[in-house]
Amino acid sequence: MNQAVSNKTTITSVPEHTVEIITNSGEGAQKCATIFGQTCAKMGNGVWTVEIIPAEIEPPHHTVTSTSGNIVRFGTDKVTNWGDRSKLAIAFNDQVCLSRHRLDSFDDDCIILHENIWETHEDKTIRTMYAEAMEEMSSKNYRFIQVPIEEETLKVVDNPQHGKNMFALGLLAEIYQRDLSIIEKQIAHIFHKKPAKVTELNIQLVKNGMEWARENLNFQFHIETIEPEEDRVVMNGNQACALGAVAAGMEMCAMYPITPATSVSHELASIIENYGGIVHQAEDEIAAAGVALGASYGGKVALTVTSGPGLALKTEFLALAIMTEMPLVVLDVQRGGPSTGLPTKVEQSDLLAAIYGQHGDAPRVVIAPRSIEECFHSMITARRIAETFRCVVIILTDANLATGVQQFTRPRFDVRWQQDPVDFSPLPEGLRPYDWDLETGMSRRIVPGTPGGAHTVTGLAHDENSNVSYDPESNERGAKMRSRKLAVFQSTLMPPEIYGDKEGDILVVGWGSTQGAIEEAVDRACAQGLKVSTCQLTFLSPMEPGLKEIFSRFKKVMTVEINYSDTVGDPYITEETRRYGQLAFLLRAQTLVDVDCWTSCPGQPLRPNDIYNSIIAKNEQGASK
Amino acid sequence: MSSIPISLLELEDDASSCMVAEDYQKREGKWCAGCGDFGALNAVKRLLAKEQLQPEKMAFVSGIGCSSRFPHYVNAYGFHGIHGRALPIATGLKLARPELDVFVVMGDGDCTSIGAGHWIHATRYNANMTVLLLDNNIYGLTKNQTSPTTPQGYASNTSPRGSVLPALDPLQTTLGVSNASFVAQTADWVPAHLYATLQAAYEHNGFSFIRILQRCPKFTPDVFSDQVKNPDLTELLVHENGVTAPGLEKLFKSTREHDPKDIDEARALAQRTDMLRLGIFFRDDSFPVYDEVRAVPPVTPEEKVQRLEKEFNRYAV
Repeated sequence: MNQAVSNKTTITSVPEHTVEIITNSGEGAQKCATIFGQTCAKMGNGVWTVEIIPAEIEPPHHTVTSTSGNIVRFGTDKVTNWGDRSKLAIAFNDQVCLSRHRLDSFDDDCIILHENIWETHEDKTIRTMYAEAMEEMSSKNYRFIQVPIEEETLKVVDNPQHGKNMFALGLLAEIYQRDLSIIEKQIAHIFHKKPAKVTELNIQLVKNGMEWARENLNFQFHIETIEPEEDRVVMNGNQACALGAVAAGMEMCAMYPITPATSVSHELASIIENYGGIVHQAEDEIAAAGVALGASYGGKVALTVTSGPGLALKTEFLALAIMTEMPLVVLDVQRGGPSTGLPTKVEQSDLLAAIYGQHGDAPRVVIAPRSIEECFHSMITARRIAETFRCVVIILTDANLATGVQQFTRPRFDVRWQQDPVDFSPLPEGLRPYDWDLETGMSRRIVPGTPGGAHTVTGLAHDENSNVSYDPESNERGAKMRSRKLAVFQSTLMPPEIYGDKEGDILVVGWGSTQGAIEEAVDRACAQGLKVSTCQLTFLSPMEPGLKEIFSRFKKVMTVEINYSDTVGDPYITEETRRYGQLAFLLRAQTLVDVDCWTSCPGQPLRPNDIYNSIIAKNEQGASK
Repeated sequence: MSSIPISLLELEDDASSCMVAEDYQKREGKWCAGCGDFGALNAVKRLLAKEQLQPEKMAFVSGIGCSSRFPHYVNAYGFHGIHGRALPIATGLKLARPELDVFVVMGDGDCTSIGAGHWIHATRYNANMTVLLLDNNIYGLTKNQTSPTTPQGYASNTSPRGSVLPALDPLQTTLGVSNASFVAQTADWVPAHLYATLQAAYEHNGFSFIRILQRCPKFTPDVFSDQVKNPDLTELLVHENGVTAPGLEKLFKSTREHDPKDIDEARALAQRTDMLRLGIFFRDDSFPVYDEVRAVPPVTPEEKVQRLEKEFNRYAV
């Protein structure tokens, strides 16, 4: 850590920092953090942001449950996850601050810039709440700095609720020497539909925040920025999925509102009609799947977007799509479950439901993007797989990817990402609706409008002519063909890449959004001398090949997942009765390797440090065996 | 059931390529002898021949139940889907391919019970499709269970002491939905009326909902028997914008002038239980048609790429 002093201000150089802004919901924390994150990204820092969102729209203010906020982790290098605890926070009141303290969100010596009106508030109840909160937080070595956020905001606007966030942004801009011109452009963009005065006032608030920090704070942090070599874009995972759908040429997205998936359809609804498509808001989750399926029947490769409870409702239609071999892409933005669970929070508990949640044998493709960039590209991959193999593809992202913001290399668009025009050429004499190649299970998709192709597709067991058929041989053949084509797809996959040495003591296997946090934890473990590597799976069904061979090169294989698993030694839990994490369960079945797991379902992304500790613990367990 | 050949005089130019009703029969229907579904199939075949629809230019979408086997028997594209959910599939298809003629065939359990939510909303979407509710007042394929339209007191395997609730009236329900644009009732035992109603529904631009009272010889042989035997128990709704067919007004002594534009009277008539009423209850083609209001111009792949480049400038850092 380098320190420099200028004008009594100590400037500390750090490779990265994590800051959070925490407010009552409705006070604009997201806007503040979004602009800050975008500014960092535009200046060349690596960035990852995470939203802290209550499930309600605007719960009672100044309570521990009203916390809304945003965490921004940014650094000189690429940032792949939200990291560990925050180094600096801006808190608009003591209760939201306390809620974050209770979640152990702050570093032990976190700097907290705290609104100053509560300590000396005229209402004794509020003063008492404040004092009690401070007492509770005194167990840590936080450095509180009282800031007249509301007082300063009132100098510019009449309603501080609409302005404190921009003053806070100014504080951060000064502390981290952000480029004001970039911030000004961002503000102008966000408020471009409002009167120019709104932009002016917001910029004034940022400037006032900067000035206050310059005059009253004696510290700053410097995070070096490196000009990126290639063009980059910055967005959240739901935006990336929406843009990916458009880039894939999808022209129908049928959906029903469900958190945290809905914003995919917001993004799509605002642009898709410029791309010849529509978003259809259906009457329910089931109908959304049905309309998508109907559009696919009509020749599109349609998309339906949902989250866990919605996926459950769609299962009957997914089985119909699989039985009739209609291409269909389903995006499941996972949240905490079961049931309504944790609507705004992350979990990876839909894996088995996505693969097996079906009546009958209904094989489908399940893929899990590992980063926001992969959210974009997975839509293109999914559409192509769905069309080529006439199958259902489920994409599993999660609330962490959905709202996390990260930059990535700007894609070079390719017309081949889009669907080829539907083949309406007259059918060759004798070609049947399910003229399966008995080797590959593949057959030509015949879309209504094709001369000579009129036939009825059915969810009933059917033969090559799509005639209802209950004879044993025909049913066996249908099942085999629907499964075989996915084996053909699997044969096109490569073994997963290993991060770290190709052999060692522990291999950590993850899937989906946890990649960045796991790799960071593995780096730390390796720095401690452990022989740990990791691989992050994207294709979960069918799985990437070569896993058994890879696993054989490590003494121990463990998964890290954001879902529930039993801990041996807990009441009633033994090695025999233990329930494993969902990927661990799959890998054990698939490879017959004694795969262990460490899982957690706290309703927030995993922290590298928690993963690191689990690796250390498993390593010690292994050593003691 | 004999087919009804159409008059060649009604056809245009090339008579050699014209299709007759039998050309639209893909295979024999596997319904029970005496099933009213045969009558519906015959009327549909006659309509398709009258309109000279090409088999590849139309699709029949159905749910699950006896009547939902319909698409298997028609020479057209067909989608025999899942119980209650024909309408979402048909809506998706129509949105994707507005140029196709879309027909939907559902039973009473299918449409008014498990698919009731879709029925309400598809009515409101008012996508341009012809919708046949084949209502035999019972679950047939699963063997004799009470459906929402089973008359109160009627015994079935699930209500052996008689259905305890008043029957749901599909006409009243449909007429209560905003943006409903075509609601009619006909019966399988009046083929001329059935055909004329189907023709009017097909010509209507929007969601044309026809409730076809359909006899089930196995499980509800008597629910319509009084009306079948005695035409005096039926009243025909007639109007210059309604439907009629030669001979009908001789058969049915009771007729009523009803302007299909009059939604209030349509609702009032649907509510009355004194007689069975056949005809167009409501028709208004001025309402928004979903596949029309959602239509967007096509965009080439190259144009899409160009627009994406611009889109991504918003996210550039």
